[in-house]
Amino acid sequence: MRPVRLSLVTAVAAVAALTTVTACAEKSDAEGNGAVRVTATDTSCEVSKKEFPAGHLQLAVENKGSKVTEVYVLFPDDRIVTERENIGAGTKANITAEIKAGDYEIACKPGMKGKGIRQQVKATGGGKAAKRDPQLDAAVAAYRQYTLEQAEETLPKAKVFAEAVKAGDIEAAKKAYADSRIGWERTEPVAESFGDIDPKVDLREDGLEEGQDLEKDWTGWHRLEKALWQDKKITPRDKELADLLITDLTVWQKKVGTAEITPTSMANGAKELLDEVASGKVTGEEERYSHTDLVDFKANVEGAEKSYALLKPVASKNDAELTGELDTQFAALNTLLDKYREDRMSYVFTSYDTVGEPERKELSDAVNALAEPLSKLAAAVVK
Amino acid sequence: MTDETEQGGPADAGGANGTARAPSRRSVIGWGGAGLALGAAVAGGTTLALRATDSPEPAGSAGAAVPFHGAHQAGIATAVPDRLHFAAFDVTTENRAELIQLLKDWTAAASLMTEGRAVGEGAFGGVPEAPPDDTGEAAGLKPSRLTLTIGFGPSLFTGDAKARQDRFGLAKRRPGALVDLPKFPGDNLDPARSGGDLCVQACADDPQVAVHAIRNLARIGFGRIAIRWSQLGFGKTSSTTPDAQTPRNLFGFKDGTRNVAGTDTAALDRHVWVSADAGPDWMAGGSYLVARRIAMRIESWDRTSLQEQEDVFGRDKGEGAPVGKAREHDEPFLKSMLPASHVRLAHPDSNGGARMLRRGYSYTDGTDGLGRLDAGLFFLAYQHDVREAFIPVQRSLSRSDALNEYIQHVGSAVFAVPPGVRDKDDWWGRGLFS
Repeated sequence: MRPVRLSLVTAVAAVAALTTVTACAEKSDAEGNGAVRVTATDTSCEVSKKEFPAGHLQLAVENKGSKVTEVYVLFPDDRIVTERENIGAGTKANITAEIKAGDYEIACKPGMKGKGIRQQVKATGGGKAAKRDPQLDAAVAAYRQYTLEQAEETLPKAKVFAEAVKAGDIEAAKKAYADSRIGWERTEPVAESFGDIDPKVDLREDGLEEGQDLEKDWTGWHRLEKALWQDKKITPRDKELADLLITDLTVWQKKVGTAEITPTSMANGAKELLDEVASGKVTGEEERYSHTDLVDFKANVEGAEKSYALLKPVASKNDAELTGELDTQFAALNTLLDKYREDRMSYVFTSYDTVGEPERKELSDAVNALAEPLSKLAAAVVK
Repeated sequence: MTDETEQGGPADAGGANGTARAPSRRSVIGWGGAGLALGAAVAGGTTLALRATDSPEPAGSAGAAVPFHGAHQAGIATAVPDRLHFAAFDVTTENRAELIQLLKDWTAAASLMTEGRAVGEGAFGGVPEAPPDDTGEAAGLKPSRLTLTIGFGPSLFTGDAKARQDRFGLAKRRPGALVDLPKFPGDNLDPARSGGDLCVQACADDPQVAVHAIRNLARIGFGRIAIRWSQLGFGKTSSTTPDAQTPRNLFGFKDGTRNVAGTDTAALDRHVWVSADAGPDWMAGGSYLVARRIAMRIESWDRTSLQEQEDVFGRDKGEGAPVGKAREHDEPFLKSMLPASHVRLAHPDSNGGARMLRRGYSYTDGTDGLGRLDAGLFFLAYQHDVREAFIPVQRSLSRSDALNEYIQHVGSAVFAVPPGVRDKDDWWGRGLFS
């Protein structure tokens, strides 16, 4: 994490900017007053209208299936306009939102899993909808999916870690520690965009402000890292913190879908991930007790590479020389990192305290070589 | 810190940076120093010109531009401004074409920056989504006599520690004079402050202009080069303008009293520039640079009596006059000096006539954690052949110099400095790669 968060994808601002402020579910039947009826089953998602005026939108949802479902209104890039979870079999729910003119999708998720069953809808009038590039929308949607997956995959791993801490099993907790952070590190710029979660889960000791209490105010992975590697003991407080970590990560998982992601923020997020590597990992500051910096390093690079891969089709049309250079430098950095890895499928990396100054310099040079062209990706995407 | 030079002929104004010998243009560009016109008459030179004035350090000199193009690279015989940022680079690409492109990119950027202009599309007003091409901190500053001088280290020709032998196919083109420096007694060299495939010396009146230049060249090069080490210098310790006041080093002594003058074409041709028949062809008009980081034991020196200080150097501290003489520029009588005195040992007469053009800088990198100043001299000396100049002189100094009690060489590098970039179509190192 960074001591000061300056993320471009600040979800708070995003939510404020959206006209969708609330999504409330009402029990009353809203039919007859212009509501759009949504009929969900286990295999279908029917809507009564595919075009409706911009402004106040009301969805009257009926779950005729046998599974609990969710209904989402989504922007074309899969950002959530509004959602309603836990609509039980045979029950009804109303959802309201204020929406601008433009294309949207309504999704039903029987069993509350997966991408859901989609319907294309359109809100008309109320000014011109912003022009969108379908290729970039697809890239953003795929990246959003990636951030969701990372959050979903992180929770079980974090639970393994938390359970080991709670069982007082130092060795098992140490073993599970680095793995539990990979998903977070891969999507750090998005994860950090929820300003309140990052300091709870990823704060380093030096990130505490004056007046904050080390015992009381320091929570999250690194507090437990210190307990395991430095203090070499697990206190009752650490066990509480393990539970708190899971609570906070669960909030993160729920919020991920609402992050405002744009092609520009994806490209800049990739660059930010390299900045994270340069400022925290190459120096060995991030994992100062466990020395698992290279795991975070690899995860940061993978996250950046994911953004890049999704934007590449557009970027390569605008600046083929740049994407050629990025391909080369990603490959070079990955090859270098592989030298510190047990095998190419493993996330067991050399302990960073055994990596000498010349090798750290070599890693730093490779990061510079990649980050410099990566800083030009955003411009190549919007060109 | 070799303080002496042989009797240099009186300055015959010629182009320190150019092919010179064009008296009609002598006064076109002045660097200060009693109307001397250094660096004039540059073939294909840039258009910026500044009239010389009569004062020793004309006020205008601080803002002027030094022509980038010429027969010799600027930053050697041209006047020495007070600020330095020197950087040594490792070439990280193994692709010869990429290295060549880097040198072309660098040449274009260097040409702009020495004119006081931003690199690429500039520092402001570009695409909002992209970082600006130029980093911006020199915007609004004058050219500040910025010179950028490139050199090629031995490792560029031989491969490096990772055994990438002759990665650029340059082994056959390595000059015989580009030898690895031998180990001298007392050396305590830090590998992290030594060597390098490439170097760029940035000299300017304004430190921000010098740092901006190195920073932007490094940025342009990321992926092809990486900075190996760099050194800031805050005050010149030698000048190429003998009529100006001789600068002092951090020991408090005048340094470079008898340095090769930038106007002394005969001495430059004999001692500094590589002659056409010395070979290889691509080095004709170039020079060889030795860079040494020489740490000074400042506190010990400051507790040394004046008499001992003067004995160690062989000159008096105030005027800078040699032992037994009255004035700084009086001819020294070596035998009157102690045998181990620095000036006597470094004098050309003690070294078979060897001379170097020195343009070193004082440095201070804060303190060393033991409450001592981390300071010294960043020694830079240009010569036509290190085997005939720096190596024999340093052999003698390292063995016997009384000054050794107060200094330690902690960094070292040697570079082949190619001739100047002739015009807009030319680039740094074209001769080497053609």
